[in-house]
Amino acid sequence: MSTMEPVLTVDGLRTHLFTRWGTTRAVDGVSFTLHRGETLGIVGESGSGKSMLALSLVRLTPEPAARILAGSVVLDGTDLLTLSEKRMRKLRGSAISMILQDPHQSLNPVFTVGNQLAEAVHVHRPELAAAAVRERVLDGLRKVRMPAPERRLRDYPHELSGGMKQRIVGAMAISADPRVLIADEPTTALDVTTQQRYLRLLREIQRETGVAIILITHDFGVVAEACDRVAVMYAGRIVEQGPVREIFDRPRHPYTRALLDSRPRRDVRLDRLPSIEGSPPSLVDPPPGCRFAPRCRLAAERCTAEYPELTAVAPGHETACWRWEEVS
Amino acid sequence: MSGSTLVEVEDLSKHFRVTGGPLGVRTAGHVRAVDGVSFRIGAGETLALVGESGCGKTTISRLMLRLETPTTGAITLAGRDVHRLDRAGVRWFRRKVQAVFQDPWASLSPRMRVGDIIAEPLVVNERLSRTRVRLRVADMMGLVGLQPWQARLFPHEFSGGQRQRIALASALITEPDLVVLDEPVSALDVSVQAQVMNLLKDIQRERGTSFLLISHDLASVRYIAHQVAVMYLGEIVEQATADEIYERPRHPYTRALFDAILPAHPDDRRPGSDAADEVPSPLNPPSGCRFRTRCPHATDVCGHAPPRTALPGGGSVACHLYPATAGSTKGPVRQ
Repeated sequence: MSTMEPVLTVDGLRTHLFTRWGTTRAVDGVSFTLHRGETLGIVGESGSGKSMLALSLVRLTPEPAARILAGSVVLDGTDLLTLSEKRMRKLRGSAISMILQDPHQSLNPVFTVGNQLAEAVHVHRPELAAAAVRERVLDGLRKVRMPAPERRLRDYPHELSGGMKQRIVGAMAISADPRVLIADEPTTALDVTTQQRYLRLLREIQRETGVAIILITHDFGVVAEACDRVAVMYAGRIVEQGPVREIFDRPRHPYTRALLDSRPRRDVRLDRLPSIEGSPPSLVDPPPGCRFAPRCRLAAERCTAEYPELTAVAPGHETACWRWEEVS
Repeated sequence: MSGSTLVEVEDLSKHFRVTGGPLGVRTAGHVRAVDGVSFRIGAGETLALVGESGCGKTTISRLMLRLETPTTGAITLAGRDVHRLDRAGVRWFRRKVQAVFQDPWASLSPRMRVGDIIAEPLVVNERLSRTRVRLRVADMMGLVGLQPWQARLFPHEFSGGQRQRIALASALITEPDLVVLDEPVSALDVSVQAQVMNLLKDIQRERGTSFLLISHDLASVRYIAHQVAVMYLGEIVEQATADEIYERPRHPYTRALFDAILPAHPDDRRPGSDAADEVPSPLNPPSGCRFRTRCPHATDVCGHAPPRTALPGGGSVACHLYPATAGSTKGPVRQ
């Protein structure tokens, strides 16, 4: 489905948090490319830096603690990191937009749905007359397959079911025809059926608009369901990335392997789930070597001394591991 | 696996009055949050209650913890009706039944040291010297995989998985017979969920504690549940041993929940079932089989209450697709 035309190119992105206890290297040199019409999954545990990465892409990192120190985020030829705040504000929501899984956080309870959708259109297209705004709002609702959209405009969020609220938030996110949609999934899982609906909504939006999606998650099941490519983050860096089938069939990083193994499966009955012992390292003064080495079965001397850069192991498949050939 | 019965739940119902009108005093209806539910939990066993939000599983956990009183029916623990206890009985109950909740960021007091949090149920319920309490806390911390020196720390110094270990240590310190686990891993990273579930299994093996596990996710339940009860709009629609339900799910709703499990591999993606439709209002549930508005197999007969058919190995399913066979009874069949 993707035509390999790059939409967003991130290169050497570094976002650090300056706190009383030292400098936390939350995003520590991340590079990836997002192509037109594809869904890229960014997988990592809490504290891996995946949410800080998402916020860095739209320049909404919490000031003053967080600073984007280096790198570039190029969207259709423009480096977002060099723009003035005023121009960036115009691009947020129009060229690059965000959608949250939980619709309750994104809707204002005291305004009607029509009002909130119209505002989202008006902010980016102030020249449009009321009738044209209404037409665009209805068009957005049709794209997310809202039944009887005209009737919904005067409803308040509390009058809608959870699924309809998700659709409203989806319509809002695409109201200004973004090129890139960032979907950040909270760790606290919603119902499996709610999650299924959400992923299906993203797929429908992509089919209707061709938008490229970055899906942030901690769950390889979400990746299996919804992504074309995947990047695995650990301790502020991408440790492996590649096409989704390649990563599932031939993971070349021990951390990816361990994450895949720790997922409960319905078809296999095991007495114990394989789990990853230990916890992710502190990102204040991380050791020089591979950051996964203290938890890694394959760790050798070189692993704790020298950081392995990402290297290609197959077309489009890169891993940052000295011993990738031994990962089965 | 099944030993003696610890918990017996008999025809349990909880209806909540819903108010309406300009003053909010008129009764607008009743939500049948739990409606005629029966099950039993054996000593050292885990029963999982599975269903979507609004199915009544959390109301059952609240009834089990005596945070609600039933409208009808009864829960007995070791032969005693837990809603008809005298003061001494209540004290006994509080030692015997403990709980672990979903969100370890909300359930631990941020201003108490971890050692005091773990000790609290013991301090409240039993008279012990400080030294004895401290020893028991150290024991518990060892059991859940924490270091005794960490008792001096505050909850914010721990990760989500470690916080859930603290909550578990606190729940286990009175040596309860039953621990109610309300979504104990769903707020954790997938990688950490495995650690906590393995820990729960170890503790059960070691101490013979029974668990009532509340979950929305059939995938994660398999590792620790012996029995699984699937709930929909206040009723148990299917109940069976874990092996039976995973290998031969019968009720269309159980199958829909399985379809909603995320695939293990991209090649297992499915076009998707219609379970993504939404749950009808519990205020006005469909007549007959409550699932019929979402069910792909629904026919006219589903307007009538479905029969409850016994399943091999104990358990039952309530669906017209499985007509009652000779020997089946109304209500879940016991072994």
